[in-house]
Amino acid sequence: MTDEQQPTTDGPGPSAPEVPGRFGAFGGRYVPEALIPALEELDEARRKAMVDPDFVDELARLHRTYTGRPSIITEVPRFAEHAGGARVILKREDLNHTGSHKINNVLGQALLTKRMGKRRVIAETGAGQHGVATATAAALMGLECTVYMGRVDTERQALNVARMRVLGATVVPVEHGSATLKDAINEAMRDWVTNVEHTHYVLGTVTGPHPFPEMVRDLHKIIGEEAREQVLELTGRLPDAVIACVGGGSNAMGIFHRFVSDEAVRLIGVEAGGEGIESGRHAARFATAEPGVLHGAMSYLMQDAEGQTLETHSVSAGLDYPSVGPEHSHLRDSGRAEYRYATDEQVMHAFELLCRTEGIIPALESAHALSATLDIGRELGPDALLLVNLSGRGDKDMHTVAEWFGLVDGDAGAEA
Amino acid sequence: MSAAAGLADVFTRCREEGRAALIGYLPVGYPSVEGSIDAVRTLAEAGADIIEVGMPYSDPVMDGPVIQRAATEALAKGVHVDDVFRAVSAAREAGAVPVVMSYWNLVLRRGVDRYAADLAAAGGAGIITPDLIPEEAGEWRAASERHGLDRIFLVAPSSTTERIAVVTEATTGFVYTASTMGVTGARGSVGGTAAELVARVRSTTDLPLCVGLGVSTGAQAAEVAAFADGVIVGSALVSTMLDRDPEEGLAALRDLTRELTEGVRGRA
Repeated sequence: MTDEQQPTTDGPGPSAPEVPGRFGAFGGRYVPEALIPALEELDEARRKAMVDPDFVDELARLHRTYTGRPSIITEVPRFAEHAGGARVILKREDLNHTGSHKINNVLGQALLTKRMGKRRVIAETGAGQHGVATATAAALMGLECTVYMGRVDTERQALNVARMRVLGATVVPVEHGSATLKDAINEAMRDWVTNVEHTHYVLGTVTGPHPFPEMVRDLHKIIGEEAREQVLELTGRLPDAVIACVGGGSNAMGIFHRFVSDEAVRLIGVEAGGEGIESGRHAARFATAEPGVLHGAMSYLMQDAEGQTLETHSVSAGLDYPSVGPEHSHLRDSGRAEYRYATDEQVMHAFELLCRTEGIIPALESAHALSATLDIGRELGPDALLLVNLSGRGDKDMHTVAEWFGLVDGDAGAEA
Repeated sequence: MSAAAGLADVFTRCREEGRAALIGYLPVGYPSVEGSIDAVRTLAEAGADIIEVGMPYSDPVMDGPVIQRAATEALAKGVHVDDVFRAVSAAREAGAVPVVMSYWNLVLRRGVDRYAADLAAAGGAGIITPDLIPEEAGEWRAASERHGLDRIFLVAPSSTTERIAVVTEATTGFVYTASTMGVTGARGSVGGTAAELVARVRSTTDLPLCVGLGVSTGAQAAEVAAFADGVIVGSALVSTMLDRDPEEGLAALRDLTRELTEGVRGRA
């Protein structure tokens, strides 16, 4: 698909849910009854807010003056030499305040929290970026903040734990289960069930019960809206493919959404292949999984024969999650989007390549998208135009990277 | 009670005796599968009217630390969904009416109709579904009709009048009335919120209303029995077996169950 793509009309794409809370067969609300009133209150609040000029203007002002939007795009020709010579453009969400796309969502949800008259926010975090973004928004808006994080992740993302605490948040390490992102979500949901009267759960990705998948996507769709315009301005045409990593899938939905109705643009999500599919140590939900219910939504899910959630693995804490946003499952089953995976080894290769060729240190999550870009560029050839969402920066991953590549002498690595 | 007694029979009998029903929760697989089946028998023999057999799940968002700890250990030892049906049969044979408490993905994965058929064959009366609301329960409603099982949905203190109507319309057997906002676990007090919620639900339905979350003593059971049709006890029963050898655990379970049976008779 290397012919020049012509832009299509404006407006939301066909990925809008067919019935409220459903994306085809996926989505819904599988939660304790106690949470239903809070979900309905949230749904009503966000529907009103999204068409209220005061809310829209305030969020736009924050993006302009606080987040640093619009984020720029960067063409990376030296990296692209390794991608079959295709033209590769990065959408630089790593340059947002707090270092990732996550701030788009939390600023919107923090504003909604205030509109609903609640005083406290809770969040879950894997890599720490969503937790840092939530702690940041809470500090900015004077909200109490508690962040749940699996013990395994607090250890591999120690610097982000310190950042959250500096910002005034309480970080609660979660010891049970696999002590990673899914267990942090369980703990956050328990807190929410108990404190829902004054607490809003700032869910960090496009998963969870309705209206979270739709609301979080809408708060991130600015990524694709900006990128589409920027790419058109730079190149005069639409990209052949838009590529993004997929854990829960919020950065991917954010950049995909504006392109869904551009049918000639391939949408490619990249999951965590971990140590390889055969090893069983991965988080490639679409490679092996079947539909199931976790954390309030029906979606593809890594589960055993009886429906117990399987443990996942990824070198990247942010992708180490057994389910995926329900809209991704729908895009996959409807054939509108394609999903691949990159193994830890392939990811570290792409990570190092971008650092060495372009002077950009990507998050390990984003390096999954970069890894697939190398393959897709080679498949499509030198006329292809590829847009990649660089969802976050890699500072938080230095400890993992230093260990992987043996970059730090003696015991210093453990202190990183 | 005949072997085919259902939930309605339990509440009729309790009403005739002028008392509330005692509903005890135990997770299958803790301290072992056989040990949990012994515990289920003990609970029935000591006077529980209805036994809620819980299936351990990897992501139990409604469960507090006690039940989660027992469930985690049970999963680590390899408990399987089939074991639930064995425990259900044991409860039935010991004279109680068994229901299953299961998170929805475990039912979905087995196949809703197959799960319902297996549960009915084991003598189960129905399922409590803590993470399934009526709007998502179309398949389960059909399967429960086919297999003669009850559908026990939950109401919570946060439930609006509209929600209470939706939930009670879909419910059969009894309504699980959550005493407080929160997860399972013993609490110092369960009174006020629960009584108020029970009164709100009573104005909507004639179904038996059973109160759970937080009850741990005979005195609390008596307090709840004064306004509810059934008293549900979980974490406190599970606690009797934590950190004890199996025989001591069963003795402690028997003692607490007897205390609770006095409670539901207003005598604790």
